[in-house]
Amino acid sequence: MTDLTSLTLAEARKGLADKTFTSLELTDAHLSAMEAARALNAFVLETPDQARAMAREADGKIAKGDAGPLAGIPLGIKDLFATEGIRTTACSKILGDFKPPYESTVTKQLWRDGAVLLGKLNNDEFAMGSSNETSCFGPVVNPWRREGSNTTLVPGGSSGGSASAVAALLCMGATATDTGGSIRQPAAFTATVGIKPTYGRCSRWGIVAFASSLDQAGPIARSVRDCAMLLRSMAGHDPKDTTSVDIAVPNYEAAIGKSVKGMRIGIPREYRLDGMPAEIEKLWEAGAAWLKAAGAELVEVSLPHTKYALPAYYIVAPAEASSNLARYDGVRYGLREQGRNIIEMYENSRAEGFGAEVKRRVMIGTYVLSAGYYDAYYLRAQKVRTLIKKDFEDCFAKGVDAILTPATPSAAFGIGEKGGADPVEMYLNDIFTVTVNMAGLPGIAVPAGKDAQGLPLGLQLIGRPFDEETLFSLGEVIEQAAGRFTPVRWW
Amino acid sequence: MSTATHKLLKGATGDWEMVIGMEIHAQVTSNSKLFSGASTEFGGEPNTHVSLVDAAMPGMLPVINEECVRQAVRTGLGLNARINLRSVFDRKNYFYPDLPQGYQISQYKSPVVGEGEVLVELDGGRSVTVGIERLHLEQDAGKLLHDQSPSMSHVDLNRSGVALMEIVSKPDIRDAEQAKAYVTKLRSILRYLGTCDGDMEKGNLRADVNVSVRRPGGPLGTRCEIKNMNSITFIGQAIEYEARRQIEILEDGGAIDQETRLYDPNKGETRSMRSKEEAHDYRYFPDPDLLPLEFSQSFVDELRAKLPELPDQKKTRFVADLGLSAYDASVLVAERESADFYETVLDRLANRSRDGKMAANWVINELFGRLNKEGRDITGSPVTAEQLAAIIDLIGEGTISGKIAKDLFEIVWQEGGDPRALVESRGMKQVTDLSAIEKVVDDIIAANPDKAAQVKDKPQSLGWFVGQVMKASGGKANPQSVNDLLKSKLGI
Repeated sequence: MTDLTSLTLAEARKGLADKTFTSLELTDAHLSAMEAARALNAFVLETPDQARAMAREADGKIAKGDAGPLAGIPLGIKDLFATEGIRTTACSKILGDFKPPYESTVTKQLWRDGAVLLGKLNNDEFAMGSSNETSCFGPVVNPWRREGSNTTLVPGGSSGGSASAVAALLCMGATATDTGGSIRQPAAFTATVGIKPTYGRCSRWGIVAFASSLDQAGPIARSVRDCAMLLRSMAGHDPKDTTSVDIAVPNYEAAIGKSVKGMRIGIPREYRLDGMPAEIEKLWEAGAAWLKAAGAELVEVSLPHTKYALPAYYIVAPAEASSNLARYDGVRYGLREQGRNIIEMYENSRAEGFGAEVKRRVMIGTYVLSAGYYDAYYLRAQKVRTLIKKDFEDCFAKGVDAILTPATPSAAFGIGEKGGADPVEMYLNDIFTVTVNMAGLPGIAVPAGKDAQGLPLGLQLIGRPFDEETLFSLGEVIEQAAGRFTPVRWW
Repeated sequence: MSTATHKLLKGATGDWEMVIGMEIHAQVTSNSKLFSGASTEFGGEPNTHVSLVDAAMPGMLPVINEECVRQAVRTGLGLNARINLRSVFDRKNYFYPDLPQGYQISQYKSPVVGEGEVLVELDGGRSVTVGIERLHLEQDAGKLLHDQSPSMSHVDLNRSGVALMEIVSKPDIRDAEQAKAYVTKLRSILRYLGTCDGDMEKGNLRADVNVSVRRPGGPLGTRCEIKNMNSITFIGQAIEYEARRQIEILEDGGAIDQETRLYDPNKGETRSMRSKEEAHDYRYFPDPDLLPLEFSQSFVDELRAKLPELPDQKKTRFVADLGLSAYDASVLVAERESADFYETVLDRLANRSRDGKMAANWVINELFGRLNKEGRDITGSPVTAEQLAAIIDLIGEGTISGKIAKDLFEIVWQEGGDPRALVESRGMKQVTDLSAIEKVVDDIIAANPDKAAQVKDKPQSLGWFVGQVMKASGGKANPQSVNDLLKSKLGI
């Protein structure tokens, strides 16, 4: 028998259905892999007892023939998702040992469909970061290394734990969230597939908020099909989140293998950055060629406001974050550092509880919303956002079905290598992904090749609102053409 | 509508005029909170009516309570105000332990209700129209308890997230009397609508009062805001004090600092709470967790069609249909319960067109008088509307006189019972049988020959004879019959 952890989710589903192995065996295989891979720091909490109990329950259901679509599939959950009775911290010290008395809608739906919880995954503190270095539990290590090098690399962020765990075969799939690229960038850095669905596709209820108008949950997995399977369970309207949209969830898996013949693929000229590495350029051309070979038509399109997206994003997201994080005040839950009066208690708790990047964004957000600056920053950023959205609408109105771009401007970098002196250096990682959040569109990152040092690179496909299916169809074409990439185990 | 002349304050250097605007916070009558399903019940054990949303647990999201929206729209309609089919919820950011989210969800730039107006009646038939600037929905905060521990303050989140309507007036109010009358009228409208119970003692209706002074008709002065007043009497006192304080400063050549003040009812004075410089920067921005609040015109029209009759309309009807004086009508409609009581009396009357006005007199003079004397309100009246209607029927049909009716009212007040049966069992019936009265009349004329002679020259003194006869009959004789009989016997 092959190692159970190397199966795709779709293969595991078949094995479980055929009774080739049990969910308990599958789960135990992953628990062992997790134990052996602690050097990656992907999990911040392992829940083996919970996992085995859920696996046994799934095995019972499979035996009785009433298994849900994800019955017995072991998953990792980003620590941003509230899990009932299980520590949920958003990887911030300020939440301390917080155990929510409630389950997020997305994870509740996964358990409804039979999935098994292996543990909670590391992420950048409050999902603020592009390298998973801001977590209070320390950085996550990318299972990928440069050829012939022992340098530890970042897995990207903020869903670095999710990407690293999926790439290192520690879980069959993982939940993640994406506010400016936090699913797609780590997926690209680890040769995994990640989709950020349309804003409103998944409920945000029970997910620790970073920037409410941009946050969206999605899966990271090892194949396009696996992502389609996971998203089907994660998505859906939730009356508890009024920004979630009441549109039926399609069977995304049905889109896999569907012909892309005649589809119009936009290549946005504004994404051709000055000084972009040649290998990124080459990868992009290869992706376009594969889609063309599959019968799609390539058209050059223009998204003229792209260059304003990143600055506008770094106004809107911190503004919302500064307000969303006000509830972490030491009064009701989480960390409290005493003071001589209430103001001092607030100051001490928040000074001690938040890391540097979170503090930076809270301060930026507070500044851009303050009297006299609101119009110059926040309001203008919202106008830019409207223009970015319109760029995409105009593009889709011309009959474009999806847009192809690189997922990131480079491959994974070393831990501690970027953003030390200038945070903007780190922020530039999201240059290709933030526009999608600003416009609320779906975007998928698919592994497409390697750079000269043998590190994975990904391509991004951006779709029309609620047309994740087209992204799955096109993504699978790239996946078939590029092949699968697995890191060589060193840990 | 007559325009009121308002009170000016005399200073050492001449007259001053007050300019007053108010922000009323009215708790919306609803079973659950503005953005959560938790109960709004008053007086529960601390932290027993708190949902995950109210406690601002991580990842919780607000969902608008439609009933609160309906209540706000109904209130807007009751204030003759423009209803905005699209409005936006904003976050008002500040830190305080009674505010779990670290922001209050409110409406800043786009409120659900726009401009309207309220007709405010004053003494002596005067009235003034006060403009409404806006009405918006917002969350209430929790409450700090400082008496639970020597070293800590505790937080009770039962009120956290309860829906409030903030009703902002234009600065149209010119003295304390108008201010008090405005709050009274607004409270009455809210209670008629059933959108706020108006219970000021429980803090369900409270007012922030903006006061400035100026030379009559002159440019506006700098205002001070007196926060969180929950008594109409104190509102009046605070305005008087605050205006005097400002005049004194101005007349001494000083300037008013724009600031927030608190009224201390024990000392009868306002004192500074925080200055403009210390004011919070609330960093308002649209709440990204909530979509704009949108509804259709037909939603508004349906609510409008089902609105109850409001005090102004009721007053007009009482005057037109029953011939009540404007004053009596306003007394009756001022409180919804009084109007309801009066209308129940009307419904039970055998002949409301004949006796409706008499019923109004009885409710206002006898019933209200007696209730006031005993410090009760109408809902605790020992005499029911049905009993009072029966008493009035007995007067109207001539079974008892007005004087006997007062005795009967007293018996019913003290002992209860069916007024008609009481009249029967206690022999209180009015005597209208002429032959029975005739002997009494004859006896009194015979006993007073000198007065009988005088009355021919001085017909006004007939009243003395009437009084004697009524007295002799124990009040049961019909005064009109006595009058007629005396006239014929005395030949006038």
